[in-house]
Amino acid sequence: MNQAAQSIETQVSDQADGAGHTQISDHTGMPLLQFNNLTLGYERHPVIHHLDAQIYAGQMLAIVGANGTGKSTLLKAIMGQLKPLDGEVLYPGVHQKTIAYLPQVANLDLSFPITVQEMVSAGLWLRSGAFGSLKTLFARGAVKNALQKVGLQGLEQRTLNALSGGQLQRVLFARMLLQNAELILLDEPFTGVDHTTTQHLLSLLHELNQQGKTVLAVLHDPALVQAHFPQTLLLTRQQTVLGPSQRVITEHYMTQSPLVGSAGQSSFQPTGTEAFNEKAAICTETASRTVILEDKHG
Amino acid sequence: MAETDLFSLLVGPFAEFSFMRRALAGCLILSLSAAPVGVFLMLRRMSLIGDAMAHAILPGAAVGFMVAGLSVGAMTLGGLLAGCLVAVLSGLVARITVTGEDSSMAAFYLISLALGVLIISVNGSNVDLLHVLFGAPLALDDVALQLLALISAITITVMLVLYRPLILECVDPEFFRSVSGLSALTHFSFLGLVVLNLVAGFHALGTMMAVGLMILPGATARYWVKRLESLLLLAIALSALASVIGLLGSYYVNWPTSPLIILSLGVFYLVSLLFGKEGGVLMRSISFKHLES
Repeated sequence: MNQAAQSIETQVSDQADGAGHTQISDHTGMPLLQFNNLTLGYERHPVIHHLDAQIYAGQMLAIVGANGTGKSTLLKAIMGQLKPLDGEVLYPGVHQKTIAYLPQVANLDLSFPITVQEMVSAGLWLRSGAFGSLKTLFARGAVKNALQKVGLQGLEQRTLNALSGGQLQRVLFARMLLQNAELILLDEPFTGVDHTTTQHLLSLLHELNQQGKTVLAVLHDPALVQAHFPQTLLLTRQQTVLGPSQRVITEHYMTQSPLVGSAGQSSFQPTGTEAFNEKAAICTETASRTVILEDKHG
Repeated sequence: MAETDLFSLLVGPFAEFSFMRRALAGCLILSLSAAPVGVFLMLRRMSLIGDAMAHAILPGAAVGFMVAGLSVGAMTLGGLLAGCLVAVLSGLVARITVTGEDSSMAAFYLISLALGVLIISVNGSNVDLLHVLFGAPLALDDVALQLLALISAITITVMLVLYRPLILECVDPEFFRSVSGLSALTHFSFLGLVVLNLVAGFHALGTMMAVGLMILPGATARYWVKRLESLLLLAIALSALASVIGLLGSYYVNWPTSPLIILSLGVFYLVSLLFGKEGGVLMRSISFKHLES
């Protein structure tokens, strides 16, 4: 068993032995992020409806859902690149500018002649500013460290188009490490990445998480989510479910059965699918579509 | 003896005639700024945008000509205004409506071009049109040269400031937007540089030929070197070399200068396309054989 899996085991058992609450149900701390009645979409077509949820510091949260349910859209909204159709994203515990974002590899232009070193250095962007000249002194060492952490030492001068899919993902992780952000958003970081690389990168995420960083990752593999991410936010066309991964990732929810519930309730009543009106330009419902699941130990 | 003959053949025309020296200076100054802009145009997959913008500045230059005759200042100002207007309008339309920037820019430059042709046809003779379209490097005066130098200096300065933002905008726009609010500013400043250099270029080479000096050096350099820095330097060098060849050719054969400069670049491009070590057609077939064996 590798380090990553061990560290996650301790984390889960800590929660079970401890106060008996996940951070979601433990509402004492200040949330890092807060979604209030958040409705997101493009061209007035909402993809996320009335999301009410809080993300707490130190969480490791997976965002799952079928294609087109708004996973990437949610990340864009958190970064402030997409204006909500309704509702709002609040940042009580984090500066919007200090959020690290790891984009999908598919959205990079790999033909551009830039080296690994240059790409990774971009992680220092926010800290370079006025001290541009000082930066270069520090940058070499910092970039070198980051590359060592992701296992890419010696490839500094390679251009991006000469890298494998796994190496490319390691480059993005190295850049993300340099950003030293409190909140880390990852969009499908393990798509097309082999098992060894995935395990290595996961252990890096656990390490960051143990340092108190909050990790939000859009993921597709339910097994990976259950093994490594204690919390899951499931987006379906009917509703949004947030809670412990073991409870959210069940056939019950993954088949998108038309369920409705309210925060904190454990009883669910099935309703018809007519609640989702595809033709409505803006959803006129005011009721929350968010289901918050408590930890079973609570 | 043969060496001195060759030397005097190459240097003689420039030593002897000030119009040749001015033309050379103008083309070299232009190479310094237009070639790097062209490299980024190519890397951003916007090579044809250069062509569109060259057409777009025509009515502005024509109105400048109408108002003030063959005045460098008036034509430059007019061209700049028209170019920037088309760039901003197409950028805004692309960001506000459903169409992409390529189609909105195509629409606006065509409108602009038609206006330009109309203005020139109604108000001037065909000789003026030819001058604007194909330029006259051998007729560069001091005012035009100073303008070229100023534009070149502005371009190099802005490129240095925008160097990292431009790279990130190309490679990883989503990440760039996540760390910086400069995305739109970077894009529009860059389009501004394109317009500026095309306007500079039309004094020397004419609106149509100026695009060649911008696009061809970068496209050629791509077949020889990989790194961005090398691309930029090689593009400038190729552009300068073609300028010298074009000017000398035009001096000895008495053909028009602008097409000769661009055709020299065209020959460089075709040769590189075949023999370039970075993915040239012939080199590529050789390396495939390596893989098979």
